[in-house]
Amino acid sequence: MLVELGHFALVMAFFVALAQTVLPLWGAQSGNRAMMAVGEPAAMIQLVLIAFSFGALTYAFVTSDFSLKVVVENSHTLKPMLYKVSGVWGNHEGSMLLWVLILALFGGAAALFGGNLPATLRARVIGVQGSIGVAFLAFILFTSNPFLRLAMPPMNGDDLNPLLQDPGLAFHPPFLYLGYVGLSMTFSFAVAALLEGRVDAAWGRWVRPWTLAAWVFLTIGIGLGSWWAYYELGWGGFWFWDPVENASLMPWLFAAALLHSAIVVEKRETLKSWTILLAIMAFGFSLIGTFLVRSGVITSVHAFANDPERGVFILLILAIFMGGALLLFTIRANAMQAKGVFSLVSRESALVINNILLAVSSFVVFIGTIWPLIAEAFWGRKLSVGAPFFNAAFTPFFVALAILLPIGAILPWKRARMGATVKKLIPSMVLAFAVLGLIWSIQTEKTLLGPVGIALGTWLLAGAVQDLLLRTGKTVNLGRLTRLPRADWGRLLAHGGLGITMAGIAGLTAWTVEDIRVVQVGETFEVAGYTIALEKVERAQGPNYITTMATMSVFEGDKKVATLHPEKRNYPVAQMPTTEAGIDNGFLRDVYLVIGDVQSNGGWAVRTYIKPLANWIWGGTIIMAFGGLLSLTDRRYRVGVGARKAHGAAKGVPAE
Amino acid sequence: MKRLLLALALLIATPVLAVQPDEVLPDPAMEARARDISQGLRCLVCRNENIDESNATLAKDLRLLVRERLVAGDTNDEVVDYVVDRYGEFVLLKPTMNGANKVLWIAGPVMLILALGIGISFIRRRGQESEVVPELTDEEKTRLESLMQE
Repeated sequence: MLVELGHFALVMAFFVALAQTVLPLWGAQSGNRAMMAVGEPAAMIQLVLIAFSFGALTYAFVTSDFSLKVVVENSHTLKPMLYKVSGVWGNHEGSMLLWVLILALFGGAAALFGGNLPATLRARVIGVQGSIGVAFLAFILFTSNPFLRLAMPPMNGDDLNPLLQDPGLAFHPPFLYLGYVGLSMTFSFAVAALLEGRVDAAWGRWVRPWTLAAWVFLTIGIGLGSWWAYYELGWGGFWFWDPVENASLMPWLFAAALLHSAIVVEKRETLKSWTILLAIMAFGFSLIGTFLVRSGVITSVHAFANDPERGVFILLILAIFMGGALLLFTIRANAMQAKGVFSLVSRESALVINNILLAVSSFVVFIGTIWPLIAEAFWGRKLSVGAPFFNAAFTPFFVALAILLPIGAILPWKRARMGATVKKLIPSMVLAFAVLGLIWSIQTEKTLLGPVGIALGTWLLAGAVQDLLLRTGKTVNLGRLTRLPRADWGRLLAHGGLGITMAGIAGLTAWTVEDIRVVQVGETFEVAGYTIALEKVERAQGPNYITTMATMSVFEGDKKVATLHPEKRNYPVAQMPTTEAGIDNGFLRDVYLVIGDVQSNGGWAVRTYIKPLANWIWGGTIIMAFGGLLSLTDRRYRVGVGARKAHGAAKGVPAE
Repeated sequence: MKRLLLALALLIATPVLAVQPDEVLPDPAMEARARDISQGLRCLVCRNENIDESNATLAKDLRLLVRERLVAGDTNDEVVDYVVDRYGEFVLLKPTMNGANKVLWIAGPVMLILALGIGISFIRRRGQESEVVPELTDEEKTRLESLMQE
């Protein structure tokens, strides 16, 4: 019964979204206040309906209602509760429902907190947001209905893919979707601004918190996914350049670019049309990501729906929204006159370079991801584009970005002198070169990757610290540090976090030590200064799996560092094995142990990795996200603050 | 108990590690070359995995093939060519620069140059223009004139 109500609520939500689209947009165009006012209540009702529908599906999963097709295909009574709940979005249909729930959440937030926006802009933002809801609700109802019943319910389900039964991955999709869908808000703002025909400093200020929130969520989502891959896939990789990962990286890069260009719009009233274009592209790449994952045109590790009908539907949505927005853009872009004037050396220029590097690097990821499709379609060549291509083609952009970032961050607006700016950063430069030399001299194998990567990380981190100190005045005044706006601290953390992540990636890639061998129980062996003992191997039963668990001790000299339990699990229902690595997390290195098969001589295959700086990758990611969050709480950017100011300033201007 | 036995049978039947201890070549330098080559070759039955990481049987066969060729005295390029001859260029994770693939490789740099060109010309224009002062409307102009005449 509840399931039917959930289905019904979803159908109702579709019609409410339709009203939320048509009436406010029409009202804003014709100046009808009553029609514009429909937007907010409609957005709230849509949110309530979809939340109810999502609740109904969650209830079906929690109570293992095997009359529902998705529950049968993705759940099992023995599964722990956490994974019963995460199973709701561990499949195509349910994850789309989560997608529209988050869409409605953002629409509701805009209705709730958008009180200070000019009435027509608010109506248009909510209307455009509603139209995205219409498209995706139709997609769910026509191609991916999660509420389909089975005529003959089985006794038990097929279980969720065991790889997905993991706490890290349980929360990975919701964060990613909050990011993807968060960019729908900036898209709605961009289209609304085009419809209004004006973009000003206030618009830049309104759109920034939404972009920032989407970027923070994407950062956390990508970080969680990468961390999961590191400990779950059994050999400690953290990024695979898989199409699905690329699908999340492209919007992240665009969101990062958009964040920075929105600052220029806000502070200097220039780069307006470019910012609008970025906002459209950022959401466009979210949609392209959705298309790549859902249509199955590009096979990847975690694409769950390979259905041409769905692919065509999403392509249609993509074509309508991107085509419409870009058409509107070409018609209206000229109306957005740039005001601020700046010279070649200025912070504005630095931010233009930032945008170019981020956007072009995203383009490189895009072309690499779809190249196999293009090559097959046009030249009949079946080829692969994998990690070696992306590493070679993408990395230079981030090296360039890292070199320029600290300089750009402290350049003054309008007009700057390069020499004077660079001179301020001499301490950071000296430190970075010192680190470069030191690491070069102590590393055993003379590779460039490690020292250069860590020197760049140092440069970013030290540059970010200097940036903050310079902010306290000409003579550094530590007492003023606490009084700096939170956005300044946010910038320190975001830029510094990027440095830490880059250093981690370089260290891990350059200096990982690997050892593969057969070990008898009771035997010890040495890897890179660590003595490791295989003490015992036991078989045990988990809630819905059977495990082979080893007990291994790690010694550094005579000191015991850790006792680890690498496991090999088998999920009988899904008939799938997984590896659970035993990891001793450390500040400078991880010891990463994997147990394999029993060998003919009674020994066990054991893989040992010493992974330097591994945790810096995710540590830096968390710091970056936290920086974004801190900046989001800056009083200056609270939603609506800009609006009050703009209203105050606009008083003397006659109505348009 | 029956279930446990079944599961044990399954456990033994499923390989979980990628490179197995018995595959490793005695010569560390040659093994390092094998690993290097393996990381650039795609496991054909997998999704976006190289043969070095993959657990599939085919990947294991390819790993052994790579090592056989190395032991037979092939250079790295010869090994890769040997595999590509048999499995097609789909096996290469790093696409070649032949024919249309040139577009893929130069797309990034070309885009960057284009973007920088557009960016710099935009910036120069912004530098030459004077700060835009909102123009006066006709109404304001007449009002200004009347004020000036006073």
